Amino acid sequence: MLRYSLKRLLSLGLSLLAASAVIFLAIEVVPGDPASYMLGINAQPDTVAALRAELGLNVSAMERYITWVTGMLTGDFGVSYTYRTPVVDMIGDRILISLPLAIYALTLSTLIAFPAGILAASKRGSAADVSIMGATQLGVAIPNFWFAMLLVVFFAINLRWFSAGGFPGWDKGFFVSMKALTLPAISLALPQASILARVMRSALIDTMNEDFIRTARAKGLTKRQALWRHALRNAMIPVLTIIGLQFSFLLAGAIIIENVFFLPGLGRLVFQSIPQRDLIVVESVVMLLVFAVVVVTFIVDIAYAAVDPRLRGRS
Amino acid sequence: MDFVKSALRNRSFMIGAILAAIFVGAALFSFLWTPFDVTKLDIPNKLQDPSAEHWFGTDHFGRDIFSMIMVGARTSIAVAVVAVGIGIILGVPLGLAAAARKDSLLDEIIMRTNDLVFAFPALLIAIMITAVFGPSAINAIIAIGIFNIPVFARLTRGAALSLWTRDFVLSARVAGKNATRISIEHILPNILNLLIVQGSIQFSLGILAEAGLSYVGLGAQPPIPSWGRMLAESQTMISFAPHLAIFPGMAIVLTVLGLNLMGDGLRDLLDPRLRRSRT
Repeated sequence: MLRYSLKRLLSLGLSLLAASAVIFLAIEVVPGDPASYMLGINAQPDTVAALRAELGLNVSAMERYITWVTGMLTGDFGVSYTYRTPVVDMIGDRILISLPLAIYALTLSTLIAFPAGILAASKRGSAADVSIMGATQLGVAIPNFWFAMLLVVFFAINLRWFSAGGFPGWDKGFFVSMKALTLPAISLALPQASILARVMRSALIDTMNEDFIRTARAKGLTKRQALWRHALRNAMIPVLTIIGLQFSFLLAGAIIIENVFFLPGLGRLVFQSIPQRDLIVVESVVMLLVFAVVVVTFIVDIAYAAVDPRLRGRS
Repeated sequence: MDFVKSALRNRSFMIGAILAAIFVGAALFSFLWTPFDVTKLDIPNKLQDPSAEHWFGTDHFGRDIFSMIMVGARTSIAVAVVAVGIGIILGVPLGLAAAARKDSLLDEIIMRTNDLVFAFPALLIAIMITAVFGPSAINAIIAIGIFNIPVFARLTRGAALSLWTRDFVLSARVAGKNATRISIEHILPNILNLLIVQGSIQFSLGILAEAGLSYVGLGAQPPIPSWGRMLAESQTMISFAPHLAIFPGMAIVLTVLGLNLMGDGLRDLLDPRLRRSRT
């Protein structure tokens, strides 16, 4: 188990290093100098040169890459070209919105999908199963940002239960803040819950056909008991995989949903930074999200190996 | 003939195919005729509710929403088709090559690169491309296309690996065919069904991704009509003109739903194991 974990940890490090190189190469090695962009077309060459020196742009790309990567390891993401504030502070404020939003959405998605998937699988072919499957088919097809807009029209504009957007800040109280994140979380959760419910259902149906379930039934358990005591736990492997994958999709998806609700999260930071050519902010946010994806995959892999020794052999 | 018969009997395939055909048809037909010219502004008739003249109403420039949805279907479908094409053209050969040389250095390199690309959701690829080259429909295609490559490479490798152990491949090897010829002549035809089904799924995901990218301004730029941008533009007017948001959204939902149902139906129709169990 320890050897397996170390091996996976090494490949995690290599993936992150490779990802950082890809991001840096893709974004940094582009035409268009941030310094001359910031100063406008009428700037004196020596002013541009001075700004380049100040931003640390006058050294080779390789040196900048090394500075960037080693900086990130110590929590120093560099200084924003536009705002001249440390990138880590800008990200820090905003991740406190994006991350809770993703976790909130994942919780909702799981709370909806588990009962729906279990019900559909246990009453396979019934009216409940058919309507749940129909609803998930629709849920997968609805773009989350459009669903978000419909929620705003209905719950914020017509019923006035929620505000149509914005975020009060965590210092204004936990419940007020969570309320502001509720509509965004619901709209993010809907498509994910639909996928998860479908996976839960098919995993359970597959498991219910296994020999050990027949054995459990043969020793006198009802179908219901067999499902709850034996099948559910075994069906969790594919379900956990999807939950792990979904977390990264939720973090990235939050970028779009933040736009609908005017939430000052990572997404809005990126979309502000692109037109301002604040490349270091774009790089850092993209790197952070890729980091989240890779780390979540790693945790899921380790969790499996802990639960199911059969999986330790293959990587 | 058997296939056509069972296709006609497969309800989800038929519903899906009809929905998909409506939108592909609308996109193609829009080249010949649309009820109104989508490039012409008609300010006196702005923000009209749906009526006999303007079936889906008009937007804040007085443009006919129905016509814009027809033309927008072109953008969505073109972006998704080309993006899936990129995924298949690059992903399938990579998957075949990795499977033909299983556990070799080549296999390792292809699969690790795949894992790396897989860590970048399509939206992040799009953000990086846009940060460098600026937003456009072409960049949306590239972003979604890159995202599709590992999807097809993995699927192809997995399916090809199980075929490589089969007797008919062995006999082809005995007959002296090399790995490339076996991959093209024997493996590829046998995984074609799988690729068609996955293609229809990626196609519908591509339409959703294009809509999302256009919505945040990373996709097609004005004046090219696009469903995602229609939704973005409708957002400030949604409280007094909800039809601006409802119709483009419905277009996306019905197209994606149609493609998904068609994909489900195709899987049933093309999976030989299911077919055998049915007869």
